[in-house]
Amino acid sequence: MSEAISWTDNLQQMPLGDIEPAHPEIFQRHGWQDVFARLRAEAPVHYCADSEVGPYWSVSCFQDIKYVDTHPEIFSSEGSIVLADPEEDFPLPMFIAMDPPKHDVQRKTVSPVVAPMNLKKLEGTIRERVCRILDGLPVGERFNWVDKVSIELTGMMLATLFDFPQEDRRKLTRWSDVATADENSGIVESEEQRRAELLECLTYFNELWQQRIGRTDGSDLISMLANGESTKDMSPEEYLGNLVLLIVGGNDTTRNSISGGVLALNTYPEEYDKLRANPGLIPQMVPEIIRWQTPLAYMRRTALMDTELRGQTIRKGDKVAMWYVSGNRDESVFEDGDRLIIDRPNARQHLSFGYGIHRCMGNRLGEMQLRVLWEEIMKRFRHVEVVGEPERVRSPFVKGYADLPVVVHPN
Amino acid sequence: MPKITYITHDGQEHAVDAAVGVSVMSAALDNGVPGIDADCGGECSCATCHVMVAEDWWAKTGGPNDAEEAMLDLNPERESTSRLSCQMEVTDELDGLIVRVPEFQF
Repeated sequence: MSEAISWTDNLQQMPLGDIEPAHPEIFQRHGWQDVFARLRAEAPVHYCADSEVGPYWSVSCFQDIKYVDTHPEIFSSEGSIVLADPEEDFPLPMFIAMDPPKHDVQRKTVSPVVAPMNLKKLEGTIRERVCRILDGLPVGERFNWVDKVSIELTGMMLATLFDFPQEDRRKLTRWSDVATADENSGIVESEEQRRAELLECLTYFNELWQQRIGRTDGSDLISMLANGESTKDMSPEEYLGNLVLLIVGGNDTTRNSISGGVLALNTYPEEYDKLRANPGLIPQMVPEIIRWQTPLAYMRRTALMDTELRGQTIRKGDKVAMWYVSGNRDESVFEDGDRLIIDRPNARQHLSFGYGIHRCMGNRLGEMQLRVLWEEIMKRFRHVEVVGEPERVRSPFVKGYADLPVVVHPN
Repeated sequence: MPKITYITHDGQEHAVDAAVGVSVMSAALDNGVPGIDADCGGECSCATCHVMVAEDWWAKTGGPNDAEEAMLDLNPERESTSRLSCQMEVTDELDGLIVRVPEFQF
């Protein structure tokens, strides 16, 4: 499909089969709501026969997504959880893209670092860093919230979890962006450049790995991987794959929910008023922000056998995209779903973390970062005002922002 | 109706009358017992309705089913009598059941 034609403008007239739900333009131009509203109404299990990433199914309703996500024996994660297949000569094996039993043993090695008991110890550090970032913001002056707050905070947090040198933390942000980029993203010029940068990431982390061998009391992620029974003999590809998983998982997601929250409260000013009147709603608002933003728009599965879903026959080997972003707007579950409602009673049921054995491991960490951030924002600023159009990332997978121009107004 | 007591991490006891046939998770939510999130709504797919069964009751409740085991197995804060309360059905047999609610759901 030609880039020059803004084909989403003709969406309602377009034959269903011509719709490419994973076309990155839909997300960059912010046309996804209309695309998925139509799919939910007319083709909840939709087949796209031809695209840059080959043919794939799109599952767009809440219950169907949950069904696919909780049946790993039919819908496998093995190989890839994005629509593009892995490069044969540059595989990045990671446990999110594995089935049991290997998935389970590798996940169990690293999950204690983000378990609630460990997080309790981290809350003070997070709060101190949040305060430092917010106190350093230029008041009354236009700046990019993504760069100065969202990236800073998630970068610092990730460096803490890896026990990675804080002064180099922007490298983590860069590798996170590079890992999910393609040639058309504007992030890298070519696949060669992408590989070169990821190998640089591996080299850097290999050094950390060597330093941490034998450090069995280390509670950072690298020490856990380097000394964990099920991970200490990982191949370099597998090490890099799992690093990418932890970096992207801990970075893009929270970053874009931090930015998305600001945008959503500005889009629905009566909700911002509600928050000002009662900052005690923050713990309820956090899952609603994560629902509204849905920082990862979909996850892919691969059918292990022929199977029926809503009357459609999905064949063995077919790719299936579970569109979390669409399920989170499913009106049968979330009334007035496009709206942010900070005290929405069932916000916690959102699909953004996925369901089943691959459910987001860092969910509590992400929620804590958002909660602490908003507690500290409300103590300082009566308004984080969005003063221009956000620039959205050109990706159907990472649903996020490159630029969100704001001015902060103190209390 | 069978009585179920939930002990939250701060030591507070919450005794509720639960209808036969509902889940131990629903009985907690319907009676305002804190500490159980139940994000997935009772489909054994999020593990945020985790409870620890009192030792004396373990023989009566029995251990987790296969789907529940798969979810519990991934929780680093699991204990020896951990169950997902959405997978436990209230029966007359369980009248008097005591479960502990963890400080955090994960």
